[in-house]
This record gives sequence, C-alpha cells and structure tokens, in this order.
Amino acid sequence: MENNGEKIEIKVCMGTGGIAAGGQEVLDAFKGLLGQAGIAARLDKNCASHKVGCRGFCSRDVLVDVIIDERRTTYQYIKPDMVARIVEEHIIGGSPVSEWEVQEDYHTFHDRQVKVVLSDCGEIDPEDIDAYIDGGGYGSARKALTTMTPEEIIEIVKKSGIRGRGGAGFPTGVKWEVARKQPPKTSQDKNLKYIICNADEGDPGAFMDRAVIEGNPHAVLEGMLVAAYAVGAEEGYIYIRAEYGLAIERLKIAIRQARERNLLGKNVLGTGLDFDVKVKAGAGAFVCGEETALIASIEGQRGMPRAKPPFPVVSGLWGRPTVINNVETLANIPYIIRRGADWFASLGTERSKGTKVFALTGKVRNTGLIEVPMGISMRDIIFSIGGGIEGGKKFKAVQTGGPSGGCIPEHLIDAKVCYENLVRLGAIVGSGSMIVLDEDDCMVHVAKYFLNFTQTESCGKCVPCRVGTKRLYEILDRITRGEGRESDLALLEKLSKDVKSASLCGLGQTAPNPVLSTLQYFRHEYEAHIFEKKCPAKACKALITYRIREEFCKGCGACMRVCPAGAISGRKKTPHTLNTAICIKCGSCFDICRFKAVTKE
Amino acid sequence: MQETCKTLKAADLEKLEEICARRGADQGAVIPILQDIQEVFGYLSEDAVNFAADRLEMPRSHFYGVATFYAQFHLRPRGRNVVTACTGTTCHVKGSENLISILGRELGIPEGQDTSPDMNYTLEKINCVGACSIAPVIIINNGVHSKMNADKITKEVIKLKGADDGKQRGKD
Repeated sequence: MENNGEKIEIKVCMGTGGIAAGGQEVLDAFKGLLGQAGIAARLDKNCASHKVGCRGFCSRDVLVDVIIDERRTTYQYIKPDMVARIVEEHIIGGSPVSEWEVQEDYHTFHDRQVKVVLSDCGEIDPEDIDAYIDGGGYGSARKALTTMTPEEIIEIVKKSGIRGRGGAGFPTGVKWEVARKQPPKTSQDKNLKYIICNADEGDPGAFMDRAVIEGNPHAVLEGMLVAAYAVGAEEGYIYIRAEYGLAIERLKIAIRQARERNLLGKNVLGTGLDFDVKVKAGAGAFVCGEETALIASIEGQRGMPRAKPPFPVVSGLWGRPTVINNVETLANIPYIIRRGADWFASLGTERSKGTKVFALTGKVRNTGLIEVPMGISMRDIIFSIGGGIEGGKKFKAVQTGGPSGGCIPEHLIDAKVCYENLVRLGAIVGSGSMIVLDEDDCMVHVAKYFLNFTQTESCGKCVPCRVGTKRLYEILDRITRGEGRESDLALLEKLSKDVKSASLCGLGQTAPNPVLSTLQYFRHEYEAHIFEKKCPAKACKALITYRIREEFCKGCGACMRVCPAGAISGRKKTPHTLNTAICIKCGSCFDICRFKAVTKE
Repeated sequence: MQETCKTLKAADLEKLEEICARRGADQGAVIPILQDIQEVFGYLSEDAVNFAADRLEMPRSHFYGVATFYAQFHLRPRGRNVVTACTGTTCHVKGSENLISILGRELGIPEGQDTSPDMNYTLEKINCVGACSIAPVIIINNGVHSKMNADKITKEVIKLKGADDGKQRGKD
C-alpha cells in the first residue's frame, strides 16, 4: 500500500453499469500494469449499483478514482487501453491526465445531493465486510443490541420520522411497534415473527434498491438485524428480483461474511439473539412487490394478493406477524441509530423526513442515481443535478412512481418533492423512478405504455383490475391508432375511477394513475389524436408519415441502405423517393439522414 | 410417478432427485425447485414438473399453476442463443420498440413467437433490467449492451450470427 510513502488507491466502477461499460477489463488492466510497474496500489472493486465508484453517474462509466495521499482524481469514460497512460503519467509521473478527468457537470451533479443511504456506495468494496466495518459499519447494530431496549429503538425510529421508501410512505417505527406488540397466539406459542426485506423492485425505470444492494449490502443486513431485535424476529427473508444477478451474488457474499463474524446466526454478538437471513429470488411478477402477494410467493404460491386486514404485521408469512420493509428503508436504519433521530428529522420537510434516492433517467443530460433531501424542487433535480434536457430539446414532463404514478408538467416544475405534494399533483414519490420526457414524447403513448404494463402484470384475481386495465389499454391503443371516439375521454375517466375504487390491491388501485394524470395535464394531446387524428409529438406510428424532401436530398443512399422495408428508391446523387404504401415507419431513414431531408408529419 | 419415470432419462431423473433433495419438501420449496429445474434443463418440461410435484406429494396442478404464473418460467425449449430486450420505461422512450422489431426481423423470429424455427435464437422481452441510465439496453447471452441504436444492434446481430455459425461448424 505504500510507495515512496504515498498511499495510492484506485477505485473502479463495478456495478451493472460499470461492468457493461467494461469495468472488469479496466480493473484487470490496472492490476496487470501496476503489477508490472511494481506499485502496490490497493485495487478496490469499489462498487455501488450501476455505478460503483461512479457514485450514481452511470452514464459516464467506466469511472475511475485515483486517490494518492487523499488527493482524489476522477476519470470518466475509461477504456482498458487508456489505463497505461494513467498509470504512467499520473500514478508514476504524478501529474493527472487532465483531459480525461470529469468535467464541471460531474460536480454539479453531486453538489446538490445529500448522501446518507448512498454515502458508502461507490466508496467501499461491497464484497468486503471489513471495508464496511472500518467505516463504522455494524456499530449501530452493536449499539442497539447491547445498550438499548427494543422499545428504545422503536422510539428512535418513530422520532426520526422515517416513512417507507417503497412507495406507500407508512411510518416505519409504527409498523415495528405493532409487530412487536403482537401477543403469542396460545400459551405454548413460540411467537415467531419475520422480517422481510422487499427488494422486488419491479417499477420499470427504478434501480435504487439494486444500487444500494450492489453497492452496500451490509447496510441492508444491519438494518434487518436492528429491525429483528426491535420486533423480536428470528428469521429474515430478502425477496429480490431474479433479474438482479449481481445484487443476489453480493447479498449472498455479505450474508456469508456476516455469519462468519457472528453478526447473523445463533447468539448474535453474544447477546442471545438468534437471527438469520435467507435470500429468495422472485420469479418475474410485478405484483409480488405488493406485500401480501410477496408473502404468497415466498410460501410457494402464485403471487396473488389478498384482502387486508389482517395486515402482515398481524398475520403475514406462514400466518405470523411479519414486518416488510423496503431496501432503502432498512439501509437508512444504521445511519439513524448512529447519528440519532434528531439528525435524520432535520433533513427533509415537516412530514417527509430524510433523504430519498431517485433513479433519474430519460431525456435528461446527466442520468443516474441521486440522493436528495425531501422537499427539493423538481426543477433543482432536473436542471441542476440532471443538467437539463439532452440535445437541447424542450422539457415536457417528468414521470414519477412508474405504473402507479403520474407525471408533472412544466408549469409545476417548481413543486417540492415530498410524499404529500406529489400525491396532490396526481403523481407519487413511489419507489423513486423519475423519467424525464421531452417534446418528442407523446403522453397518450406513455399512458398506453403503462397500461400495457399493468394489464400484463395484473394477477387476474379481481375483475376490476383484470378487465379494467385491459379495457383502459384498448381505449388508449385505439386513440393512438387514430381510431379514438369522441366519447373515449369521458369513458377513460369513468373507468379509471371504477378501477381505482374497486380493485383489491395497490396494483389495480393505482394502475389508472398514468391515465388520469396525463388526462389532467395533457388533455389537448388526447384531443388532437381523437379529433384531428394527429399526434402532436409525432410519436404515434399510425398518425405520422415519413417523406423525403427532394430539395434537401443529396442522393447519398444512406436511407436506402438502412430501410428494412425497401421502401426507398432512387439513383445515386439524385433525390430519392419514399413509397409510403410499404413504409413501416420505423424511423431509420429519419435518424440516419444528415441533411434533414426526411420529414415526419 | 411410474409414467413420468418412463419418459425421463436416467441421468435426468438423477438430476431431478438431487434438486428435490436439496430444496426440501415444504411448500416454500416449490419456486426454488422450478428455478433449479429451469437452470439445469433450460426450460420446464411437463415430465420434469410432474416428477417434482409427485416427489413433493403435491398436486401437479399446483406446480403447473405456479409455473404459468411467473414470467421467469418457460414451458417450451428455448433457442441456443437468448437475446433479451429491456422494455422498461426509459428504454421504451429511448426507442426499444424499434430495436425489438429489428431484432425479430434479423433473427428470423416468426410474428407472435419468441424462438426461431431452427431453435438458434430466442428473443425475449423483460420489464426492466434496472440499467436505465445506460438505456436502451439489450442483453445478448448475458452480455449487457448499453445505449443501443438501430445501427449498433444490427452490427451486434451480425457478430452473434457469425459466432454462432462458427460454433455450429465446430460441432460438425
């Protein structure tokens, strides 16, 4: 670790995003070259989510930190063949390769963020328990288990004001308290209780939970351990999407390491508490994010929800009191115990405390994972942190909360982001996806996308959701095909209200939100589709026509080569023509033309 | 039990026995067993599912019900190469629909199906892989390809087909 007295540390982004961009190859290149150069730098496979090391800025992967004597230089877009120059000029020569360093926008991306849950993500090696412990990890569990009563812990969690980060926003401390107070069913009853970590992050566009698990799995385990002690549970489950292979692998490593240190298992830390955690991989059903469906899935059933009450805190897994908390909620717990309820409550707004992790994606320049205090304005998120809209396009709306959420249009962009406010505007905080839409996005099409999603994922148990979402989708589909009827808007509204009020679980109760929200703010787009048979954003295929403007066409043949339908013809260097009768409207010609000769109407 | 054993090869039976023994016989083992069977055999054949149900002394209909409920389970054999297109919201607004139609065409997947008749390629859609900041995402045999467009995906397909032809020739 020492080289001429210098301490050198290199952190390579190795989340899913980092690996996709070649993180492993970059890390290997560093290891190989430094081995040759004889420098004993400590190579941290320093991860977190998508990013790892990149601290959420996955679109710049592979990000590499070179830290020499605490002077940190961050490089972006690093490829394996660039490593040699960094080693030679920076690590050996001492002068950073300035043209590969991150730019100003990397700093603006981070400056407005407040990192709690993500504070260790991207800093520590998620596959090394000592890295977590060195930074104070498991200190909260030790403190809680050895110096506090369960009631005291519940009091702190209640006082901190933290609410469930999975979307519904139920106060976490209250949930724990109710579960703790469940009495044994009979005098012989051992009063078994369960803690379940809900990592079934199904919202398309959301990857916060995966990021936290990939970047800092021990924080989640520590949160579960504290919860288990507070509630009186001996067994815990982490229910995680099977698609999250890397996160599952890191969780399993973390659990194994925690068992070795007696942080899980029998007689944890010598306190007499028995607590162990099992990982259950989901099997691809969105509805299993709903807690009663999730329980059914762990029990080996079809993942169908049931009516509540009884709530899982009273009767959950195998009929036992069960606390189900989201990944991010649990990952907050160690920090709350460590720094106190007052500190946590000082972040955020009056009723929405703390920070929230969001997945900021879509048509925004800086996409990635961000953590901001509750109460920050949407404008700050999109324009300061996100750097505005990519390609100089015009902002149209931001969609939050995925299929259960809604959109916030431009005139409301100064709205503060907190549970109550977003609900009032017809959107929700939800699990934390934020998808930025620009002028090219058709809002009817977006609503149709979500209804297609929910009608596919509806479990089919209750009629309002099973049939209602299908009919909503069909109406939206015909509108986008230019076959909408005058009565469709009223029908959409009525049907949406019926589905919301009559569905059994949260999936159906929130499924119409994308429709209602787009109808509220973008009714004119619906009307243009129905009455003028036009798609204002020029996104709905049935309502657009591609043409080649002869006066701009140079006859380069690029469009002809790329057209999969063979709809374009013409001789070299003479204007081409497009046969609209066989055009499949894929837009390939539009994208490839450098002379703006292809138009979309 | 008897009839399923007849159609399964001895080696397969052994693998199934091993899976069932490892996962235990309680109700909660149903999904892990199905996941393991799919992992080993590539898909869930009727015989394999029936074997597990009989082994756990649970109704076959229960296993079938679970297998058809979850999107992860495949009841038919899949192609030797699996291309997965993310259809998450971000990928969607960044043009995944078009990529999927290109893939379907280039891989020779018949309309309304997911596997090419020669069993070379399966094209599947997935709700969201959670890699939204590098959207649109296409996964080719476990390799994640980020920020795809029509041009890049066409090149990847050519590469995949070339590699696949090479593999086939190697076998001959």
